[in-house]
Amino acid sequence: MALEIEIDGKKLTVPDGSTIMDAAHQVGTYIPHFCYHKKLSIAANCRMCLVEVEKAPKPLPACATPVTDGMKVFTHSDLAVKAQKGVMEFLLINHPLDCPICDQGGECQLQDLAVGYGGGDSRYQEEKRSVPEKNMGPLVSAEEMARCIHCTRCVRFTEEIGGFQEIGMAHRGEFSEILPFLGKTVDSEISGNVIDLCPVGALTSKPFRYSARTWELSRRKSVSPHDGLGSNMVLQVKHNRVYRALPLENESINECWLADRDRFSYEALNSDLRLTKPMVKQDGRWIETDWAAALDYVSHGLKDIIARDGADRVAFLASPHSTTEELFALKKLARALGVKNTDYRTRRADFRADALQNGALWLGGDVVELAAAKSVLVIGSTLRKEQPLIAARLRQSVKKGTQLNLLALADDDLRTDTHAKLVVAPAALVNALAQVVAAAAELKQESCQLSLDAVSISDEARRIAASLSEAETGAIVLGNLAQHHPAFSELLLLAQELSRLTGARFGLFGEAANSVGAEVFFRPDQGGLNAAQMLAQPQAAYVLLNTEPDFDAHNPQLAKATLGQAKMVAALTAFRSPELLACADVLLPIAPFTETAGSFINMEGRLQSFNGVVKPLGETRPAWKVLRVLGNLAQANGFDFSSVEEIRAEFAKQLNADRVTGLDNTLKTDAAAVSTAVAAEGLQRLGEVPIYQADALCRRATSLQQTADARAPILGLHPDTLREQQLQAGQTVTVRQGEAEVSLTVGEDATLPSGVARVPTAHPLTASLGAMFGRIDIVRGK
Amino acid sequence: MLKNFFKTFLLVELLKGMALTGRHFFQRKITVQYPDERTPYSPRFRGLHAQRRYPNGEERCIACKLCEAVCPAMAISIESEKRDDGSRRTTRYEIDLTKCIFCGFCEESCPVDAIVETHIYEYHGEKRGDLYYTKPMLLAVGDKYEAEIAKAREADAKYR
Repeated sequence: MALEIEIDGKKLTVPDGSTIMDAAHQVGTYIPHFCYHKKLSIAANCRMCLVEVEKAPKPLPACATPVTDGMKVFTHSDLAVKAQKGVMEFLLINHPLDCPICDQGGECQLQDLAVGYGGGDSRYQEEKRSVPEKNMGPLVSAEEMARCIHCTRCVRFTEEIGGFQEIGMAHRGEFSEILPFLGKTVDSEISGNVIDLCPVGALTSKPFRYSARTWELSRRKSVSPHDGLGSNMVLQVKHNRVYRALPLENESINECWLADRDRFSYEALNSDLRLTKPMVKQDGRWIETDWAAALDYVSHGLKDIIARDGADRVAFLASPHSTTEELFALKKLARALGVKNTDYRTRRADFRADALQNGALWLGGDVVELAAAKSVLVIGSTLRKEQPLIAARLRQSVKKGTQLNLLALADDDLRTDTHAKLVVAPAALVNALAQVVAAAAELKQESCQLSLDAVSISDEARRIAASLSEAETGAIVLGNLAQHHPAFSELLLLAQELSRLTGARFGLFGEAANSVGAEVFFRPDQGGLNAAQMLAQPQAAYVLLNTEPDFDAHNPQLAKATLGQAKMVAALTAFRSPELLACADVLLPIAPFTETAGSFINMEGRLQSFNGVVKPLGETRPAWKVLRVLGNLAQANGFDFSSVEEIRAEFAKQLNADRVTGLDNTLKTDAAAVSTAVAAEGLQRLGEVPIYQADALCRRATSLQQTADARAPILGLHPDTLREQQLQAGQTVTVRQGEAEVSLTVGEDATLPSGVARVPTAHPLTASLGAMFGRIDIVRGK
Repeated sequence: MLKNFFKTFLLVELLKGMALTGRHFFQRKITVQYPDERTPYSPRFRGLHAQRRYPNGEERCIACKLCEAVCPAMAISIESEKRDDGSRRTTRYEIDLTKCIFCGFCEESCPVDAIVETHIYEYHGEKRGDLYYTKPMLLAVGDKYEAEIAKAREADAKYR
């Protein structure tokens, strides 16, 4: 039902249930407010939005007053303005006059509204209240809590969007304080959003603290280079340096939020670890050289090796965090040289599905559609750590009735209700998914197209199958752990079968910013080796684009050994990593995403282009330019492009507006048999990639590395396994995988199935270990 | 015609001129024998810039950058950081006096009276770069003339 109302004399119709604030937005009338936020629940505690309503004896808060038919609202009448000015005077009573040193100065809602509604001077003569500083962790600064006006936006954010109330308001009246809970810090992976939400300078960014003022910074649009969501953001730049990253609202991608790694990874861009000059290793010593010499070295090296060993002994590995243009140009170079071995899936173990794939793997729909599904099954994902913002979106969906089902390797707290979940050891993941498929087949009374061994179906599997079958719209998503799993192709086949049986769509979470772009443009050519083969069988030469073998490989131990045997390893990298210094022969400094133009294709297949926001640091050059010169040196055709737009034009036929074509999750399933046997002996490793070790930028962002999520990896074991192994939490033990041994602290982790050892990979401490999954031994007597 | 003749003949104009000269000859002189003598100046005089300190030796500037923002000639450049004790401080505070138009907006905008314009108008640079005043130079000016600066602020305080 629509209601007719009048705001400041303007007539409008609004849907039933809207508030005056909603209606005012509709006609473009601004009502001053602090505590109201469109994505949060209504609190109506700042009282700034008081307006006059005809026949109401007192002014009413616009954010919390539902409209009624024929209501007449006056937002600028004498009564309304008097009420707003009165509220402002109260708000300013205890607010310190420290705008000159406040980081919020210049972008502060209180400052702005005080200009409009504040008095010229204060009538308040008494002492102002002082509030002690709080420790909210390394990202959010809460040093000046006297500035707080108790709007509780931060409290509502952590509770409603973050899923767990990490900040609360204690005490009453004048003694009210916003504080994290006793001795705890704010450890959410999306905690940085409270900085944006805080309308005053109480919660500010710790890494940014005091470094610049808002009016000095220019705002430049960009796209997040981390997870496959492709969050839109604004980078704030001064003097050719990125000072801050803020969200850019895009309702269909990141809404108005940003994950902490998108927000704080900019610190790595100016780190001392950046490689700024081309370097060549001569007689085991690294010397800085100029571009001409370094490129000549690479070009000649490749030419000689191809002439001597053949092009099929050359491997090109790229990180899926590279831009589409870089990947396209590298692929083009590979083809020009006759190299078929190109791959980006360095963390994947199982490539049997390659032969079955009909197209490039992707999410199978939009993120909005995923969130709108009535039943979602997430397979093998740490969800919150892999896809912080999708986890937040699904949390909202669950509140609206979506059934979230999990097939997980650890019972991590997702800070949301789940409908059904099966937590299994890595070796039992295929079996668990087969149970769900078998349950769905039973439910639908259809026969399964895959030939499955008999599985005993558990109750939870039945509940998951029922939830997916009964839901109007369903979605099945394979997370990063599933993609890294040694039986990924079985999981993919089973997911496809489950999707066929239940009508739910299925897809993959994009692990990196450009996973889908790399999937479309950088998979091996027919007859080429895949990443696992390239890293297991020593090749004569390797060209690495943004790849760091110790952190990006499924089996870093093997990868390092293999690269060590190559005749030449040329690395195009933005950072000087110890591992690359050890295994490479030449390092070419290339620009990270802020210093080059390019585009990322997110997991929905959406191409989002961006421009460089600052000049390349030192002698760094954008990778596409480096590749162009390499192409020219190899006397290949088609390397005369002079901008990324020209490269993009070359693959424009693969684009449909802003979507990439050729995406298809279906597999050829003729006579596919899936073995569901659970074969595992000894302790099984669960080696997930920690959230702040996922890519080169995160690893070097100093503040992110101080967060709770970046703690040094421990050996997590289930209490039963602990007892079996006669270990105690806190003890230091040596674990062995393959050749390497590493000392780790033992920790009790009841979220794990027994028999599983959780040892995160991609961390300097564990980088010498072997595969992410598989047997791991605890060495005694050490 | 006749009147004109007498006027010329009796040197009236000359005498008028001499009278004016004579009047001034005996009047009080206004010429100041600079640099031995100086004219008085207002406490609001806007000369060379200085950065002030508090009596305990702590620099006043809190790096709010309002002066930088307000400067119409864009002569001020500031960089700030969080000092080890947690306070907000400048790492760089520079005024290019070749750009400065001595409008006084910087001292007017300063919330802590850190940047001030002193009464000093006798300074020079032998090279262009000499007039690029850095933070230590500005603080040195402030340290040297603190007494005069404080007096001038005091005299002007009631009008501010």
